[in-house]
Amino acid sequence: MSSVPHPSSSETEEAPGGFVGSVADWIGDFGDVIVGYVAALGDFAMFVASTFNWTFTRLPKRETLMPNFYQIGVLSLPVIALTGTFIGMVLAVQSYAQFRALHIETRLGGVINMSLVRELGPVLAATMLAGRVGGSMAAELGTMRVTEQIDALASMGANPIHYLVVPRFLGCLILIPTLTIMADFMGVVGGWVYSVLLLDIDSHHYWHHSQEMVGAFDVFSGIFKSLFFGAAIALISCNRGFHCAPGAEGVGRAATGAFVQSFVMILAIDLLLGIFLDSVYLLIWPEGVSYL
Amino acid sequence: MVDAPRRTPTDENDVLVHVDNVSVRFGRNWTLRNINLKIPRGQTLVLLGESGCGKTVLMKTVIGLVKPTEGRILYDGRDLATLPDREITALRTRFGFVFQQAALFDSMTIEQNVAFPLRQHTAKGRDELRRIVMQRLAEVGLPDNVVTKKPAELSGGMRKRVGIARALAMSPEIMLYDEPTTGLDPIMSDVINELILAVRRQHPVTSIVVTHDMHSARKVADRVVMLYPFARLGDRDSQVLYDGPPKGLDHAPDRRVGQFVRGEAGDRLMEMRERAMQRDTMTL
Repeated sequence: MSSVPHPSSSETEEAPGGFVGSVADWIGDFGDVIVGYVAALGDFAMFVASTFNWTFTRLPKRETLMPNFYQIGVLSLPVIALTGTFIGMVLAVQSYAQFRALHIETRLGGVINMSLVRELGPVLAATMLAGRVGGSMAAELGTMRVTEQIDALASMGANPIHYLVVPRFLGCLILIPTLTIMADFMGVVGGWVYSVLLLDIDSHHYWHHSQEMVGAFDVFSGIFKSLFFGAAIALISCNRGFHCAPGAEGVGRAATGAFVQSFVMILAIDLLLGIFLDSVYLLIWPEGVSYL
Repeated sequence: MVDAPRRTPTDENDVLVHVDNVSVRFGRNWTLRNINLKIPRGQTLVLLGESGCGKTVLMKTVIGLVKPTEGRILYDGRDLATLPDREITALRTRFGFVFQQAALFDSMTIEQNVAFPLRQHTAKGRDELRRIVMQRLAEVGLPDNVVTKKPAELSGGMRKRVGIARALAMSPEIMLYDEPTTGLDPIMSDVINELILAVRRQHPVTSIVVTHDMHSARKVADRVVMLYPFARLGDRDSQVLYDGPPKGLDHAPDRRVGQFVRGEAGDRLMEMRERAMQRDTMTL
């Protein structure tokens, strides 16, 4: 009747020794690692599918959504505004010497603002969000996993993905464009303050060149990319929390892993969407200049 | 509180939970092998066994938190594996699960914790919710002033009692207790035992209690099932070492049952010494 193997049967099996045995062990271990990665990828795909399914079929209650929105949006605002301001100023500092040598320092506005709205604003806002919110989400959900709170939710007939993941996913998805706009705005202000007030660049020409170089599509492309960054941060961080290993070490690794994976994914998405948006731009305006 | 449990007769043919040849594996490690149990409605079943023998896994399998690798769980004749998610969700409102560390939600107050299942599954108003919460907290002997506190502000015993109150919130048909007395002082352990009996007296519930506390097992059980760790099981051994009334534990034919009941480490120490010797031999 029993189809389950007994542990002693595997324990008594002897592996071949010597060089062949070592190679066999190595191949076995390598296979284990590959299978582990494939299984983790499959788990993540199931997790994403389940999150989308719940997001589009039943929204969480307002009382569940609002605290998450507050945590993700409102509490992240100061740090993202500060980051944006400094990035704008740093861009001015780094670019000024070269532009000054060519006597085109009034063009700084165009370069600073273009870099901000297309790349640095969205990417740095997302990076800050991954650090501040992603790590915290992974640690919180990881602790809930370790202390059986996620099992408790399920045992009471509440779906943990619907209750815990969907509000965080929606919070990141909906609020990251707002945070990106804030990072862009503060970066523009920071760049202008440093360039005009400290480096004595003419304000009129500064804005004139900015207007010349930065178009609506540039602003749109930055905000469009941020949606994907937000989704990636929420899904990766929540997944790390849900699959957290036991103990304090497991929670710590989940939090760190959530940030590292989110950051790498932000950069990868940035590259792919950059190529895609450039193609779209050339499709709409064929006379435009490709950035590739 | 009462001095002795009041047993209600259970109809052995009125099976509420049927564990049908269930085996569970995590990765490459088997935890349960071919477990068969029929739990009649109204019975208090105690799952006994040393740490790591799969008691909690079996209980989580019963509620569908762990999927059996082989076999099936029949609840009221219905196979859990064949039910759609929505029905499993509805079914879970008929279970009350008391977790080992209570598993209260840290971010919520005690009132929000106890009201959580009611908010999820009913449309009761605030006053009605508060009335039920107060009633449940009173049943477990907690004062009204705990409602505004967070779980971290309560002692271990109080958290366990809140866990019982939360599990009772939806008036479940079956109560599952995961090591309810672990980590508590002897007095609080006995309070929890009395609560388990009081719950059974006041509500028509079937109970499964996972424990390795013999005092608790003898006090609350109608029936005791003792499991043995799969990793140390012989080839043809059953993982269930004992299945019967608590009074039969002392005279069980399997000597491992007697050793567990008396808390004797004899065989276990021998095994550990043998393993250490084998390891030393291999190192040499």
